[in-house]
Amino acid sequence: MIDEGSPDFLTGYRDAKLVHSVIHEIKQRITQSWILMEICGGQTHAIMQYGLDQLLPDEIELVHGPGCPVCVTSLELIDQALWIAKQPDVIFTSFGDMLRVPGSQEDLFSVRAFGGDVRVVYSPMNAVKIAQENPNKEVVFFAIGFETTAPVNAMAVIQAEKIGLHNFSILPANVLVPPAMHTILSSPGNRIQGFLAAGHVCAVMGYWEYPPIADEYQTPIVVTGFEPLDLVIGILQTITMLEEDRVAAENAYSRVVSFEGNRAAQKMINQVFEPVDRSWRGIGEIPQSGLGLRKAYKDYDAERRFDSSGINTSESEICIAGQVLQGIKKPYDCPAFGTLCTPQSPLGAPMVSSEGACAAYYHYGRKTNDVRA
Amino acid sequence: MTSEHDDSINMQGPKCPLPHQPSESIVIGHGSGGQMTQDLIRNIFYQRIGNPILAEGNDAARLSINEMKGQLAVSTDSHVVSPLFYPGGDIGRLAVSGTVNDVAMLGARPAFLTAGFILEEGFPIQDLNQIIDSMAEACREADVKIVAGDTKVVEKGKADGLFINTAGFGIIPEGRIIGGQFAQPGDAVLISGSLGDHGIAILQARGDLGFDSNIKSDVAPLNSMIEDLLIAIPNVHVLRDPTRGGLGTSLKEISCQSQVSIHLNEESIPVKQDVRAACEMLGFDPLYLANEGKVIVILPEEDAEKALEIIKKSPYGTLAMRIGSVFAEDPGAVLLKTAYGTTRILNLLSGEILPRIC
Repeated sequence: MIDEGSPDFLTGYRDAKLVHSVIHEIKQRITQSWILMEICGGQTHAIMQYGLDQLLPDEIELVHGPGCPVCVTSLELIDQALWIAKQPDVIFTSFGDMLRVPGSQEDLFSVRAFGGDVRVVYSPMNAVKIAQENPNKEVVFFAIGFETTAPVNAMAVIQAEKIGLHNFSILPANVLVPPAMHTILSSPGNRIQGFLAAGHVCAVMGYWEYPPIADEYQTPIVVTGFEPLDLVIGILQTITMLEEDRVAAENAYSRVVSFEGNRAAQKMINQVFEPVDRSWRGIGEIPQSGLGLRKAYKDYDAERRFDSSGINTSESEICIAGQVLQGIKKPYDCPAFGTLCTPQSPLGAPMVSSEGACAAYYHYGRKTNDVRA
Repeated sequence: MTSEHDDSINMQGPKCPLPHQPSESIVIGHGSGGQMTQDLIRNIFYQRIGNPILAEGNDAARLSINEMKGQLAVSTDSHVVSPLFYPGGDIGRLAVSGTVNDVAMLGARPAFLTAGFILEEGFPIQDLNQIIDSMAEACREADVKIVAGDTKVVEKGKADGLFINTAGFGIIPEGRIIGGQFAQPGDAVLISGSLGDHGIAILQARGDLGFDSNIKSDVAPLNSMIEDLLIAIPNVHVLRDPTRGGLGTSLKEISCQSQVSIHLNEESIPVKQDVRAACEMLGFDPLYLANEGKVIVILPEEDAEKALEIIKKSPYGTLAMRIGSVFAEDPGAVLLKTAYGTTRILNLLSGEILPRIC
């Protein structure tokens, strides 16, 4: 795209010449077929948006991972959120992506249409502000996300405590990447031979958690960024290890990620949250894969404040989101893709989210029903 | 100076308790149809956007169209933008420009507008004055007259300040056949300037960006620029203003209407640095952000260079670019060629990324 004004920091990481030279290098080194998984949905979208999959040699199959927080948030939690949002005197706050995700019966948009006070916020700190401004309302924030949103979700709770807010709570739904990697790699049907680890998650957490995983499953892991050049370099490093029969956890995103990560952010997460078992939509329960509030902060737990027991959940029978999220199937393997299931009327969360694999296929065009390209 | 024994008493005697004159904000009475409505119309609307046709004060406007030859183009648009004032414009400028542009997209010369106002009780008169002044200025610039109007007032909480509906009327001169269904294989696709300015400016004004930027809305009446273009090049096939849904959605609609495919070159699509940065941070695609002062022009290849020259002479067209071409294969498809030589398919915008932008 053409720019007015000064060159920006991104241009270099989108340089077509450099990208093509890395692709050339990949083609030089590759001697056999390899299956890689990019964990993060943001990477899936970037790959599709820039068409990087079209540049890679046929030997490389990219499998899209479960790294979309909206997609993996369990139906039980979503139904719980919908139930809370419908209660009188509640202001329910959420990131925008969550509003269209289908629960068993409805979504947050329809709750809002029928009078629920559902508000989109760009940060949980906005929800804290809303709570301050509305002392007679219960303000609940739907705390979804991976390790990336955990620090700011924690900060919102700390802030609420600091200013003595009693009408603010969060519905804890944060999930963690390493336990999901364990689940994928230990599953009997696993096909993944190398991982592109999610750069933003590692910016917070570092990548000290990954060498033991690489070692245990003999699978190379490369911390990878989100720009076209970042992505192809991450792929090159992974392929190089595979071809050289080496296993390690390497960092191809060192301008952002350090081995230790952001210690202050990790400290804040640990102060407020502790690992708990959590159910992932389409995948099932993964031990110690979620963040729950520690005892000291239980007063800010919306699950405690609102007794939503007795909700019945039921998943769409057609949607194959679970298999897509585990990399077993591609979005266009789904009979409903682009017909019964579109971003306007999604059957499953991956069609909704800006990080969902089905939405990436739909928006950036692979085998949609109305386009021949 | 005060003294300990200050016995001077300010005695003005009893006063008759006159009712407050509601001069600072809109009250229900302004929509009664009675004296207060008349005062509002006379003191604000007639003074600021009056003209002899409006001033006749009848139930409908009487327009002389005998001397105009051609077909009538009509469009209507309701404006609910939030906030009402934003960098580069306000709801008044938008209400005039949006409808003027819609009419101009058929190659028509916009001449008359109607304006309907739905005001919320308590709305500051000062803001109303400012908005009407802004409409007047846009009308002068577009050389159109507001010939009929209506004002309603609803209770506090039943509307968000002010909504404006405008309808526009213009004459399509004989021989101009312009519409979304007329794109032809071999045509060139032009855009009159940078994309996404309006959408990001609104977001900025709502305080939703979380950072500062210098982005201004592009809201502007484009009829003068379009008229210059059509006088020089009568053989334009398609004009479309990429408002809600942005360039991507508009081109997808045109490709389906005309049963052609449109191929774009991503590197030639103009997006301002600030807009792109904001999009990066918020996860928006500038191809799907709203514009209020841009036009897509599709015309025969051989006229493309000359058309660009003319558009660039307008203050609203300085960043105009040739962005793509029309093909016969794959009717209904819009393909974007990336900087890497890969292709991406553009679909209609799904859902609403930014509500109440216009």
